[in-house]
Amino acid sequence: MILDDRAIRRTLMRIAHEVVEANADLAGLYLVAIPNGGVPLARQIARNLHEIADVNVVIGILDTTLYRDDLISNAERPPLRRTEMPSAVDDHAVVLVDDVASTRRTIRAAMDALMDFGRPKSVQVMALVDRGHRELPISLDYVGKNIPTHAEDHVILRGVARGGLDGPLEVVVVSAGGEDPT
Amino acid sequence: MIGTDLLGIEDLERSDLERILETAQHMQEVGTRQIKKVPTLRGRTIVNLFFEPSTRTRTSFEIAGKRLSADVVNFSTSNSSLKKSEGILDTAKTIDAMDPDAVIVRHGVAGVPRQIADVLDAPVINAGDGWHEHPTQALLDLLTVLEKKGRVDGLTVTIVGDVLHSRVARSNVYGFLKMGAEVRLAAPPTMIPPAVESLGVKAGSSLREALDGADVVMVLRIQQERLAGAFIPSIREYAATFGLDRAKLRYAKDDAIVMHPGPVNRGVELAHDLADHRPGVILDQVRNGVAVRMAVLYLLAGRRSPEREG
Repeated sequence: MILDDRAIRRTLMRIAHEVVEANADLAGLYLVAIPNGGVPLARQIARNLHEIADVNVVIGILDTTLYRDDLISNAERPPLRRTEMPSAVDDHAVVLVDDVASTRRTIRAAMDALMDFGRPKSVQVMALVDRGHRELPISLDYVGKNIPTHAEDHVILRGVARGGLDGPLEVVVVSAGGEDPT
Repeated sequence: MIGTDLLGIEDLERSDLERILETAQHMQEVGTRQIKKVPTLRGRTIVNLFFEPSTRTRTSFEIAGKRLSADVVNFSTSNSSLKKSEGILDTAKTIDAMDPDAVIVRHGVAGVPRQIADVLDAPVINAGDGWHEHPTQALLDLLTVLEKKGRVDGLTVTIVGDVLHSRVARSNVYGFLKMGAEVRLAAPPTMIPPAVESLGVKAGSSLREALDGADVVMVLRIQQERLAGAFIPSIREYAATFGLDRAKLRYAKDDAIVMHPGPVNRGVELAHDLADHRPGVILDQVRNGVAVRMAVLYLLAGRRSPEREG
């Protein structure tokens, strides 16, 4: 286990302060969570921003599955997840929120999906964990923790309930050959 | 999902149906976007191979494919080499040689989609074969009921009309039973298939009994040809006895919904009023048809049968 619930909460508070520092227009921020892991994280960031700076930012959820670059093979198609974009992204500064960043392919897919929803003023990216093995030239604006891993390992944010209720979260590394808890 | 083809509801497990319906619910959301297109099947080729005319179903599959960014090609018999007596299987094999990622087949004879699936590498989707099955219709009907009622388990679904000649009825019977509904059929005696109750449904010619307490009333189209075949004495008599209007609908539950696969013979099997207003949900069915077909294409297109992988 790499990060327990308290460590995650402290990290998200620190990131919220970084967001405040980097964005003059906080009210115009639009947090776009990449399900499933990004959802509770985005909600907590929004709560933190409200606490620190008294702003209510918009939160959307954007599933990237239909934009993936690895779908057409003979493997089973992955299940789709919820997308809920409550308002247009045009002229907003969007912050994509994901739990674990690695190859950057998910972030690439998220940006393509986002562009089909409109024209954001800017796009920033936040990940709770960067586990390395970058394959595309995309950098992260906000990172919770850098965790070096083997390529075959899995890094998982556990405790994300499907119903969206935020239970205690933790980040675990599952080594190749170990049991995948999801 | 079982196999790489969608030939009928009869072959599917409840979990397969649930998977398709859950996927379709997400595809519904894509239909609410400004840009109703996702790149998922970009560069993939989908062929509509329709040996029987159909504008609605074919258009629905075409829109579904295009929303997934696929290239959709329509091949219908009126402008095809079938007029030159090329057999069905030769036509299918010719198309297969051009490497489609999915082939959607409609034919007037039951079993043809399966025959085609047996010789094709590409996944085959049955868009209606004779009086046998029309699986995507049943799926969109299930999705519509889920949308309007929140569930299928425990509901009473009454299907009214020419069940004998209806592939829509057959697929819906399989689908609604597998998803936990009680299914009843109401039709003139000449239009009830023999031994249909062995499927697990109640069948009879009293519309009133069949509608009693129904949550969903599904009305089937009556075709003029049935008059010539002496299945019913006259369209007027059919409309009087089995045509659904608000008066007859009162036998069903107060919040019952009314469905029809279309196109509607207004004033015959369905009153104008119910075709155009709540609790009729025909246009919702049409919209859900695109979502369901997007889901099926998402799950199947581009997959090859393992034995035939080169």
